[in-house]
Amino acid sequence: MKKLLILGAGTAGTMVANKMHHMLDPDEWQITIVDQHETHYYQPGFLFIPFGIYGKNDVIKPKRNFIPAGVKMIVSEITMIEPEKNRVRVAKDNRYLGYDFLVIATGTHPRPAETPGMAAGEWHKSIFDFYTIEGATALARHLRGWQGGRLVLNIVDLPYKCPVAPLEFIFLADWFFQEKGLRDRIDLTLVTPLPGAFTKPRAAKLLGNILQDKNVNVVPDYYIERVDPEAKKIISYEEDEVPYDLLVTVPVNMGAEVIGKSGLGDEMNYVPVDKHNFLSKKFDNIFALGDAANLPTSKAGSVAHFAVEIFTENFLRYIDGLDMLQKFDGHANCYIESGFGKGILIDFNYDVEPLPGKFPLPGVGPFSLLQESEMNHWGKMMFRWMYWNLLLKGKELPIAAQMTMAGKWQ
Amino acid sequence: MSTKEIAGAVVNVDEEGFLTDPAQWTEAIAEAMAAELGLTLTEDHWKVVDFTRQDYQQTGEAPGLRRITKVGGVPTKQLYKLFPKGPAKKIARIAGLGKPTGCI
Ligand SMILES: Cc1cc2nc3c(=O)[nH]c(=O)nc-3n(C[C@H](O)[C@H](O)[C@H](O)COP(=O)(O)OP(=O)(O)OC[C@H]3O[C@@H](n4cnc5c(N)ncnc54)[C@H](O)[C@@H]3O)c2cc1C
Repeated sequence: MKKLLILGAGTAGTMVANKMHHMLDPDEWQITIVDQHETHYYQPGFLFIPFGIYGKNDVIKPKRNFIPAGVKMIVSEITMIEPEKNRVRVAKDNRYLGYDFLVIATGTHPRPAETPGMAAGEWHKSIFDFYTIEGATALARHLRGWQGGRLVLNIVDLPYKCPVAPLEFIFLADWFFQEKGLRDRIDLTLVTPLPGAFTKPRAAKLLGNILQDKNVNVVPDYYIERVDPEAKKIISYEEDEVPYDLLVTVPVNMGAEVIGKSGLGDEMNYVPVDKHNFLSKKFDNIFALGDAANLPTSKAGSVAHFAVEIFTENFLRYIDGLDMLQKFDGHANCYIESGFGKGILIDFNYDVEPLPGKFPLPGVGPFSLLQESEMNHWGKMMFRWMYWNLLLKGKELPIAAQMTMAGKWQ
Repeated sequence: MSTKEIAGAVVNVDEEGFLTDPAQWTEAIAEAMAAELGLTLTEDHWKVVDFTRQDYQQTGEAPGLRRITKVGGVPTKQLYKLFPKGPAKKIARIAGLGKPTGCI
C-alpha cells in the first residue's frame, strides 16, 4: 500500500482528501488526514459575527461530516515533521505516521503575541481580533453595548489571510452603527501597512473611494511596533501614535509552528513551494496547499480551491512518474461585502489585477466585477452554502481554476 | 518600460524609477539611487542592501521588513533609522530590485 498523508483538515486539506479518495485506487492507496480539532470553522463567516448577522452555530460543523468513509482521520496535534525519514509525529499516543507523499495544509493563524502589548491584559476587553471564533464572538458581545468613540482597525503586517476582510469589516461597521443610530458618535479609522486601501491599483482606487464616501479615515504606510494598552494607543516604528477607544486588530499571521520547528518553513513558517505546482522546493514528495504555502497570491479559500483543482490533476500524473502539466496562475476570486446589502466581486491572478466586467458568464454575469451590486452581496451569502455542500466535498463548481480574460474589460 | 541614465549606465526602469532588471545593478547605481533619496550609504546601510540582494538571489522575491529583521538580523527599528519613511520600498529601490508587491 502507498500512503498519502494530509496534514490539516481545513479548507484545502478536506478538499484534497475528497478529491484523492475519489481518484486514487483504494486497493493501492491509503489516505490519512490529521487535524487537532474536531470542528470545522467556516472562517469567512467570522466577519459577520461581530455584527450579530451570524452566530457561532452558523459557522461550525463537525469535520468528520466532510471526510469520506475510506479516509482515515486522526484527531491530534501534529508535533513534528521529519522529511528525511518520511514520517510525521502526532501528539496522540506519541505515534509516528509514515508516508510516501505528504500534503501540508496547516493554514495560517493570527499571532497577537508577536506585537508587544497586544495580547496582554486588554485582549478581548478593548483590543479584539475577528480572525478567530473567540475573537469574533467576544467582539460581538462588546459591540452590543458599545456607545461609541474611536474605532481603529489596524492591519499589523503582510501577508494576512483574506486581504479584503478588514475592509469588509469597516464597511459593515459603518452600516451597523448607522442602523443603531450611533454612526455620528463613532470615528472609523483604517490603519494599514499598505500605501492605500488595497495593493492592486484599480481595486485600490475603487475601494479607496468607497472608504471616503463612508467617511472612514485611512492612515496608510503604517507599520505598528507596539500597543500601549493602558494609554489606549498604537505606536509605529517611527513613533507615530494613533489613539483608540476600541482597537480591532488583524494580528501578524503565521503558518503553523510545527512547520518552523521541522525546518520546512520560511521566517513566517510558510512552506517554500513552486508557485505553479506547489511542490516543495526541498523535498520531491512534499506538497503544500492553501494558506500554508508561500505563494505570492492572496491567502484565501478561493485560491485554495483553484489550487486543489490544479494539484489533483498534476498529482495523478506525478505518482506515475509523468510531468505535471497544469500550471497554477495564482487565480483568486473574492466577494467583498460593502454594507447595506451590497457587495463587490474581484477576480485576479499573479499577473492580472482585478478588472471590471461580468462573471462568471462573460457579458451576462449575474455578478459584476469591480463594481458594487446587490447580486454580489447574495453571491457572498450563498458562498456559505456552496462551501459546505460543494467546495469541501470536492464537487464541481461553475468556476474554472485558471483565470479567464473573457468578460473582463481593460 | 523606459530607460534612465544613472551612475554612467543606462538601465531599464518602471514608471516609479525602480530597476526592472536586477542584473543591471551595480554598487555605483546603489549609491546614486540612495543619493536621489537623500541618503548616503554607510556600512550599516550596505549590510541591509547586501542581505537583500543575496536573499533575492535565493528566493526570487524581495524580502519584507520582517524577513530582513528575522533572517538578516537587522532590527526593524534600525531599518527605519537607516531608511526613514517606507524602508521596504527604499531598500528594494537601492538594491536594484523591483517595487515590492506587498503580496496580498
Ligand atoms: C475573517 C475571515 C474571513 C475570510 N473570508 C474569506 C472569503 O470571503 N473568501 C475566501 O475565499 N476566503 C476567506 N477567508 C480565508 C479562508 O478561510 C482561508 O484562506 C482558508 O480557510 C484556507 O484554508 P487552509 O486549508 O489553507 O487553512 P485552514 O482552513 O485554516 O486549515 C488549517 C487546518 O490545519 C490545522 N492545523 C494547523 N496546525 C496544526 C497542527 N500542528 N496539528 C494539527 N492540526 C493543525 C488547523 O486546525 C486547521 O483545521 C477568510 C478568513 C478569515 C479569517
